Amino acid sequence: MSALQPLTVHAGVAVPLLLANVDTDTIIPSREMKTVSRQGLGQALFAAWRYHYDGVQRLAVNEEFVLNQPAYAAATVLLAGPNFGCGSSREHAVWALADYGFRVLIAPSFGAIFQGNCIRNGLLPVELPLEQVQLLVAWVAAAPQQREVTVDLVACEVRTSDGRIWPFVVPEVARSRLLEGRDEIAETLAHAPDLAQWRERDRHLRPWVYAADAA
Amino acid sequence: MAATLFDKLWETHAVRGFADGSALLALDRVFLHERTGSIALASVLDSGRLLPAGQRVLATMDHVVDTHHARSDNTTMPGGTKFIQAMRTTAHRAGIRLFDLGDPQQGISHVVAADLGFVLPGFTYVCPDSHACTLGALGALAWGIGTSDCEQALATEMLRIARPKQLRVWVDGELSPGVSAKDLALHLIATHGSAGGERQAIEFAGPAIRALPMESRFTLCNMAVEFSAFCGLVAPDERTVAYVRGRERAPQGEAFEQAATAWLQLATDEGAVFDREICLHARDVSPMVSWGTALEHGAAVSGRVPLLESLPAASRGRAAKALDYMGLAPGTVLAGQPIDAAFIGSCTNGRLEDLRTAAALLDGQRVAKHVHALCVPASGAVKRAAEAEGLDQVFIQAGFEWREPGCSLCFFAGGESFAAGARVVSSTNRNFEGRQGPRVRTHVASPATVAASAIAGKLTDPRGFFPQQEEL
Repeated sequence: MSALQPLTVHAGVAVPLLLANVDTDTIIPSREMKTVSRQGLGQALFAAWRYHYDGVQRLAVNEEFVLNQPAYAAATVLLAGPNFGCGSSREHAVWALADYGFRVLIAPSFGAIFQGNCIRNGLLPVELPLEQVQLLVAWVAAAPQQREVTVDLVACEVRTSDGRIWPFVVPEVARSRLLEGRDEIAETLAHAPDLAQWRERDRHLRPWVYAADAA
Repeated sequence: MAATLFDKLWETHAVRGFADGSALLALDRVFLHERTGSIALASVLDSGRLLPAGQRVLATMDHVVDTHHARSDNTTMPGGTKFIQAMRTTAHRAGIRLFDLGDPQQGISHVVAADLGFVLPGFTYVCPDSHACTLGALGALAWGIGTSDCEQALATEMLRIARPKQLRVWVDGELSPGVSAKDLALHLIATHGSAGGERQAIEFAGPAIRALPMESRFTLCNMAVEFSAFCGLVAPDERTVAYVRGRERAPQGEAFEQAATAWLQLATDEGAVFDREICLHARDVSPMVSWGTALEHGAAVSGRVPLLESLPAASRGRAAKALDYMGLAPGTVLAGQPIDAAFIGSCTNGRLEDLRTAAALLDGQRVAKHVHALCVPASGAVKRAAEAEGLDQVFIQAGFEWREPGCSLCFFAGGESFAAGARVVSSTNRNFEGRQGPRVRTHVASPATVAASAIAGKLTDPRGFFPQQEEL
């Protein structure tokens, strides 16, 4: 995969979706994964909530769903609930969020596979305690377009224009990867000699792992 | 120093450790499927990077293909044909063995991996599917990954992993007749929440786990991801060794004995320390069913949907939304809820033991007239073994459809969904909104509960079908 768009400081409109355990089937339903490409999935994001359907036929936009409200049209930051992105490992969930325009997700916790997928695609998952996410939601909701949320990955803090600052922690590997937009495969291949050495040892310890290699 | 099973798997695969506690882990086996495998594989092939030795990677068709008889590349899933053909083309280009349509071994990756002995105790195993954790039942370090990680796994045979915290789930006693590993997993998730095992490496241990047949252990570890765990594990024992012996890709003869000796040493040492421990007693587990749209929304089949005020304040909003979706009111008695459909299959409960359990209940019975019932064996090997025992005839005579192997109606494989608004009792792993189709109401349960409910046409506690032990 090509190098990613680096992310250092991002300021944008934040949209609240404060439900627990929002799974990746909800972020993008299986039936919307129609392409072997990583692009173009933004229109399918939260499809079951974003549109009205007759069976699988999309009828109209669901005006009530938060992403469809005009005040949040330009949202690039998602304020989500605990265990956001749990369930299926489908990376399409992250591709759909990124393609829609999100750069940062803020939630009390994330599904583990989903969180890894975010970092691989230049989407920053920020963990803040539930009470802080609730405070952010309340503050943003009063005037979403004026009250942009700033996420600073250099300083590792979330800032609001009324002067509040909430620090967060991101594992250093993930942080530097996002800051620099590095290609992880190239980075890992630099350790290929370590693997070769390990393999040499392992062939003696666990020959049965390799028995089929020669076949 | 005393080490856990997880410690031993980690140490034997850590090619390089880092100051933050993470490590580059060597990967012994990778399984691809047509939903995301071809995307990852095509990226690696196009980059000109080398692939691992052919025997370490397999591919199957499970996520997109139909499970109808006389199926072909043409599927009602929009765009599905592209996925099927892209998997075939990329596997061919890469020289990777693909279990294509019509191949006797075709089936769901995690089940085929065990059928063949492709994954063995002490291995590391990844697949771009969250239920890769199923193979932890063999004492293998197995976890699900996304497409980008899969691409890296193929290109480098290593993944850098943050070392997870370790949780031991200790289960005393023995599960009662009619209560299964699926019920144990649902009980655990209902008690501790969908995020209860968040990012942890879970070892399932204790007398009740030792007493579980291998296939039940697969079910339990399969559900670890529904508990938000990194992986689930069961230490290899004599039962594990007996299960693996003689499988197509397992070592043979003296080499097997040497391997088996090593596998039995993987068990957690006496005195090893876990970050956290959950203890429960098997007698407290009843047949379970989910009532909402996350698996923490679960209760005994003989119980009720909880009252919202009995739930933690932070969970009420989601639970109310779930009940609205499910068409259920708080406090509703679960047993007796009329159902429209029943599904037996998936990587969770589509193995031979699951089919035998369901067939034992269905033998000589008919599913209720209004119930659409299907059984989809998880793999070709499972299907043939079931047919050799005549189980297919039991299902068919009871009114079940008997299908070809694949993921099927666990989600949208083959482009199939249940009807909008249908109430489905399902031996699968997820009750998420829309998982089995738009507006479909999924109740996740064990194969026994699905079979009992299909016969009665309503959610039913299966224990009536099992001789119960006398109360002491």
